[in-house]
Amino acid sequence: MKKVFAMLLALALTLSLAACGGGSGSSGSGDAQTGGDSGSGSNPVVKIGVFEPQTGDNGAGGKQEILGMQYANYVQPTVDIGGTTYDVQLEIVDNRTTAENGPSAAAELMNRDVSVVLGSYGSGVSSAGGSVFAEAGVPAIGVTCTNPQVTSDCDVYFRICFTDPFQGPALASYAYDGLGVTTAYTLAMLGSDYDQGLVYYFKEAFEALGGTVISDDFPEGSANFVSYINKATSSGAGVIFAPVSTNYAQLIIEAAGAQGYEGSLLGSDTWDNNMVAQSTIGKDVSVEVTTFYQEGGNESFDSGIKEWINSNADAKTNNGGNDEVSAVTAMGYDAYFTALEALKAAGSTDASAVLEALPSISYEGVCGLIEFDEIGDAKRDQAYIKRANTETGTWDFVKVQGVE
Amino acid sequence: MKKQNQNLVFLAVLLVVILGASIAVDAALPSYHIAIKVIKKATVYALVAVSMNLLNGFTGLFSLGQAGFMLLGAFSYGVLTIPVDKRAGVYQYFDGGAIKFSLPEVFAGFLGDSLGSVVGMLAALLVGGLLAALMAWLIGLPVLRLKSDYLAIATLGFAEILRAFFQWNALGPITNGSNLLKSYPDFAHATSYIILAGALVALILLLINSTYGRAFKAIRDDEVAAEAMGINLAKHKRMAFIISSFFAGVGGGMLAMYNGTIAAASFKSTMTYEILLIVVIGGIGSISGSIIASFLYIFSSEWLLRGLDSGVFLGIEAPGVFKNGFRMAVFSVIIMVIVLFFRKGLMGDKELPDLLRLRSRRKEAPSK
Amino acid sequence: MGQLLPYLINGVSVGGQYALIAIGYTLVYGILRLINFAHGDVFMVAGLVMVYATSAMPMYLALPLVLVITVLLGFTIERVAYKPLRTAPRMSVMISAIGVSYLIQNLAFYFTGGIPQPVTTPIPWISENISLLGASTKRVTLVTPVLTILLVLVLVYLINHTRMGMAMRAAAKDFETAQLMGIKINSVISMTFVIGSFLAAVGSMLYFTNYPSVGITSGGMPGLKAFVAAVFGGIGSIPGAVVGAFIIGLCEEVIKGLGYTTFSDAFTFALLIVVLCVKPTGLFGEKVTDKV
Repeated sequence: MKKVFAMLLALALTLSLAACGGGSGSSGSGDAQTGGDSGSGSNPVVKIGVFEPQTGDNGAGGKQEILGMQYANYVQPTVDIGGTTYDVQLEIVDNRTTAENGPSAAAELMNRDVSVVLGSYGSGVSSAGGSVFAEAGVPAIGVTCTNPQVTSDCDVYFRICFTDPFQGPALASYAYDGLGVTTAYTLAMLGSDYDQGLVYYFKEAFEALGGTVISDDFPEGSANFVSYINKATSSGAGVIFAPVSTNYAQLIIEAAGAQGYEGSLLGSDTWDNNMVAQSTIGKDVSVEVTTFYQEGGNESFDSGIKEWINSNADAKTNNGGNDEVSAVTAMGYDAYFTALEALKAAGSTDASAVLEALPSISYEGVCGLIEFDEIGDAKRDQAYIKRANTETGTWDFVKVQGVE
Repeated sequence: MKKQNQNLVFLAVLLVVILGASIAVDAALPSYHIAIKVIKKATVYALVAVSMNLLNGFTGLFSLGQAGFMLLGAFSYGVLTIPVDKRAGVYQYFDGGAIKFSLPEVFAGFLGDSLGSVVGMLAALLVGGLLAALMAWLIGLPVLRLKSDYLAIATLGFAEILRAFFQWNALGPITNGSNLLKSYPDFAHATSYIILAGALVALILLLINSTYGRAFKAIRDDEVAAEAMGINLAKHKRMAFIISSFFAGVGGGMLAMYNGTIAAASFKSTMTYEILLIVVIGGIGSISGSIIASFLYIFSSEWLLRGLDSGVFLGIEAPGVFKNGFRMAVFSVIIMVIVLFFRKGLMGDKELPDLLRLRSRRKEAPSK
Repeated sequence: MGQLLPYLINGVSVGGQYALIAIGYTLVYGILRLINFAHGDVFMVAGLVMVYATSAMPMYLALPLVLVITVLLGFTIERVAYKPLRTAPRMSVMISAIGVSYLIQNLAFYFTGGIPQPVTTPIPWISENISLLGASTKRVTLVTPVLTILLVLVLVYLINHTRMGMAMRAAAKDFETAQLMGIKINSVISMTFVIGSFLAAVGSMLYFTNYPSVGITSGGMPGLKAFVAAVFGGIGSIPGAVVGAFIIGLCEEVIKGLGYTTFSDAFTFALLIVVLCVKPTGLFGEKVTDKV
């Protein structure tokens, strides 16, 4: 009897598989989610793939990045390619933050026949997806993946953000010259290539300036950072540089506040998140981060997206429950328009034509001018430094930082 | 004699069908098509699940160290096959790393480009398997004396310790520390994966049907009785552990190949649990069960059931229900149902040929 | 010494939190011979419930609610996932435990969207900062070990001086004989899960007072480490679990203080393996021949 049950179960599974196998092909249009309510339906459709984490460590950041793209799609739902007006449809696939889920998520996007891919938030999963995009010859525009490896070994990958070899030294010179600190303490998660890479470039630059760096790693899943803060205090470090993901950033701020750490906490682009700013409320900490965009940089974009976020409950939830504009959202917005420019320049929805058109794109986005160098990286030599306001839980602009 | 012939015929037909299908799929679809990606991943998982089944299902040793052995295999494969001119980029923080050769290139030197690189890749997989086996031997010395759940927790601990070592920056020139290994070669076609994994599974099948396999089963069923029958417990347990780890190591190497990047962070205990649950779904003690379950699991989780996460499923649009994580929630409910009510899984301890024979016998019965 | 002091204080606090989880493991193992892999996840669920409850209702309602829900969860897990398998091989029960852990994590993932939930309204008083011998810390750091020891004393009293405690001891000694002697084995087992979950809920409230958010994998590491603590102290022994937890908490922090953070998790597992191989009964465990 049980065997019959088992066979029935297997049969049911197989049938359901077969059924949704057929379903997933035809129901692709619904996957455009909230951004998909565009156009009249009579126009032909061009698909832009969104390769972003919606879950996992970078889920919060990925969702905010998608928001920028969805808003851009809301603002500009159509594009003229070679004289025909196309409706733009976003195909969003969750890559779950981790590299091992990258290939199948990327392949799923290829399966949906996209002309160009936007994403991802983090570098590891971008590298993993990159090989699939390269096989398929579909261009990808990295939004906030800053590791040099993403584009250096992948012909189809471009990116619109600055890279770690820029960001690390920029932070180092801000700490050394701007804050006047000579000893820095760095904290990175074990097993995270993003953290470790940034620390490497920071350390190199900071020591070249004449400073001393003390480095520590913490294992994944750590929740208690008191010991590390104490170590930074006892070693006389005037700044703690911790380019970690948003969750750990909050934990570190919490611990630093509790221990009364007197120096500055320095974060990278991952820290530029509402939740990080909010976690500083009422604490005696100084938190400074580098980022791609400063709210207030473009009035019409800011007011437009705030209005859109406030009118859309899902969007507001994904933004962490308020209407603060994160830099990653602005970057997502720019990435979308960069993709549209490339489609226009290509004059075709064919991925290979877009790939050819991309290197010569020049687009003035809300985060500055976007042009690519021969590797495919954006030409950027400036980062914004922001400081968390411990009363309001928002970010205040400090200065524009370059590398000296 | 007749029964064996039937089995052989059945297996041969099955192999031809599978091979034909995979060659057809390879020819019809581009290498980046999701079907190919999913077949590759499912094949790798099938191999790893079978290797785990050899230990947990056939020898009765409850080990949870699979992810650790896969980690070893994956890293050996990556470290040994990254082309020399890419090393400076991959080991960007470690001056190009300590190892300055690449097996596929070494073999290409005297075997020609295409054959040489294939031999080199296979050799790297083999090295990964051997390293995993060596590590299993070392670990086995202390932990194989432990029983059931203690063995499980000790092997789980070993996998975690291994992971910490591979992320240690002091070993960075070899392991690249916390950073990704990438840019190494991969087999473009799903057929290569199927042939490779199929050959390895066939080896395991041969082993299970040998005297050693019967000894393993005897140990599983009753240790005391097995020992009384003259089976050397320590020796056979060690053997099963080492062999299973060897195949897990090769499987890890193949997983690395499929992924295109290697990071120690992905080889967590969750991966072991996932494989264990595949084994349970397929039936503990059934090789064909593990294989079928791997394909079912990977196909549905990576491809066919994606709709469950993105708002639309079977044409039903319900973004409130079908949101991120629903797919995995449904899976875990199915798994619990199997664990509680269908404890034998899909196949029990039967193999595919057994089931077919059973049916044909039933059909014959009424006519007589 | 002044350098090491903050680490020691911290270690004692971490140890106290591990201890509260470890008791759940040790009680269940003592009776069922089952590593309850889902225990760490019960701990995590308690944290999540606390986050939601404290932001929706006043503290005096929210905290008891957390305890009640967690206890119900522990009870249900036992009834649904372990009781039907009582006569099955040990491996099946363990697989069921792993399955439950997987299920709880995935459900939590589904409901939270996979994003750590911020602790917006921490429990007052114990979340305030105080200064202790020159080191600043939250009050909970000091409260945890004291509360842990108090709870353990109560528990030991219950086990030694009540009928239910006696039944639990009998079941731990010899499961089948206890059953033959008329002990209602199912209610005894339910009781151990209730006690274990209750302590995990208390531990969870203390733990997440210190940290700003509850993630779906927050339970995993504390859970595993608490299990190691239980083994180290001698599984089945309550004082053993507590002592083991404090030792592991202290060792971990001291290792961090010495600068070997890479191996602070690995050390815990290395300790586990050494203990299993050298003295499988742990520090306080009774000598039972067929245990390991």
